[in-house]
Amino acid sequence: MIDKSEIKVSVKNLQKHFNDLEVLKDITTDIYKGEVVCVIGPSGSGKSTFLRCLNRLEEVTSGTVVVDGNDITSRQININKVRENIGMVFQHFNLFNNLNVLDNLTLAPVQLKKCSKEEATQRAMKMLKKVGLEDRGESYPSQLSGGQKQRVAIARALCMEPDVMLFDEPTSALDPEMVGEVLQVMKDLAADGMTMVIVTHEMGFAREVADRVIFMDGGYIVEEGSPQEVLLNPREPRTIDFLNKVL
Amino acid sequence: MARIITVYGTLLLGAFGRTLLLALLGLFFACFIGLFFGILGVVGNKACNIISQIFVDIIRGVPMIVLAFFVYFGVPYLFNNIIGGFNVNLTALKAGTICLALNCGAYMAEIVRAGIQSVDIGQMEAARSLGLTYGMAMRKVVLPQAIKTMIPTFINQFIITLKDTSILSVIGFPELVNTAKNVQANTFMSFQTWAIVAVMYLIVITLLSRSAKVLERRLAVDR
Repeated sequence: MIDKSEIKVSVKNLQKHFNDLEVLKDITTDIYKGEVVCVIGPSGSGKSTFLRCLNRLEEVTSGTVVVDGNDITSRQININKVRENIGMVFQHFNLFNNLNVLDNLTLAPVQLKKCSKEEATQRAMKMLKKVGLEDRGESYPSQLSGGQKQRVAIARALCMEPDVMLFDEPTSALDPEMVGEVLQVMKDLAADGMTMVIVTHEMGFAREVADRVIFMDGGYIVEEGSPQEVLLNPREPRTIDFLNKVL
Repeated sequence: MARIITVYGTLLLGAFGRTLLLALLGLFFACFIGLFFGILGVVGNKACNIISQIFVDIIRGVPMIVLAFFVYFGVPYLFNNIIGGFNVNLTALKAGTICLALNCGAYMAEIVRAGIQSVDIGQMEAARSLGLTYGMAMRKVVLPQAIKTMIPTFINQFIITLKDTSILSVIGFPELVNTAKNVQANTFMSFQTWAIVAVMYLIVITLLSRSAKVLERRLAVDR
């Protein structure tokens, strides 16, 4: 599935400081088209910040992030245009509480004039079917379970037909019995060839689905490689130490 | 009491009508002022935040009676006599509306700011991550949720504004208190006059505060 000839996201010497706190110290990596990258690491290691720099939800301090040839750290770039092609799924779902499921899905495509209301609704229904919630279009977020909310959130991102999907600990806020349904949707997405960057604590999922695992600690990428390399035969002491704690 | 009601009843009712009119006018413009400075207070721009804070601090730091004299007498004097060459002449209704709108608007700005900030930041982030602009995200996602939490506080602010109209009797606008003063001067029946006035305010304000309570409860159920 990975197309090594096309780099989707290229990160070079990325640094992110919050005042005096250096969260990302020096991150360099390329993410290829169709690649599924799982980012793991202890809390506070900077993995969520790294992810949020990829669509500029966090302004980077220095370094470059190039998405589809656009340097999104540049002031000249229209970040909204770039974001249309980068879907994001959050730990706490962040469905729009004032809108029902269907309106959650059609808001952005219609507002941004990607398509007509009818087309948007059609596509929304298709996406809801994909995540197994075609009968919940009229429901409000408060009427859904956590797992359902997260599946709607994934469908909402997909309605913009993005090239890249970012997942920020998508199953961390879920009850254990709902984790599976969300991971299944993500597996299907990976199988469809979507480029995905996933910050996760689900080691089993990472081993099964990831093309590459990145282990971060202290604002650096400590180790990266295939799941076999990083998860089963880690070389760095910090990776070994972390995996011993979580497995 | 009966004599006051039969003789001056319609006069007082008319005056109360003007009180309500003044309050509604003030509130109407205060909504725009409040929305404007409230949003200015939350946008990601330090200069805007400071401008909003300065406006709120100035208006809240000046008693309304001073604001009333300032707008009604001070501002025309500034233009006509100090700067010169102008002929600014505010009616008591206009000056009163400006006062109420400014005063109420400053408090509204704080209500709007707090309302927007009470909406989880994740709502804005999710909207922006889809490519929506800040303005679209505000209009379609954040404000509708913020306004819901603001409604009961809005009604309370309306009550305060309604009571504040009495202060504008000092610039000669014939609202309820101003009119009642004349009734008292004509009849010497102070107790009866002010009792009637008090009851008139009381009825409307009680209705309003009850409805605020009901709304508050209903909105709490929704969440």
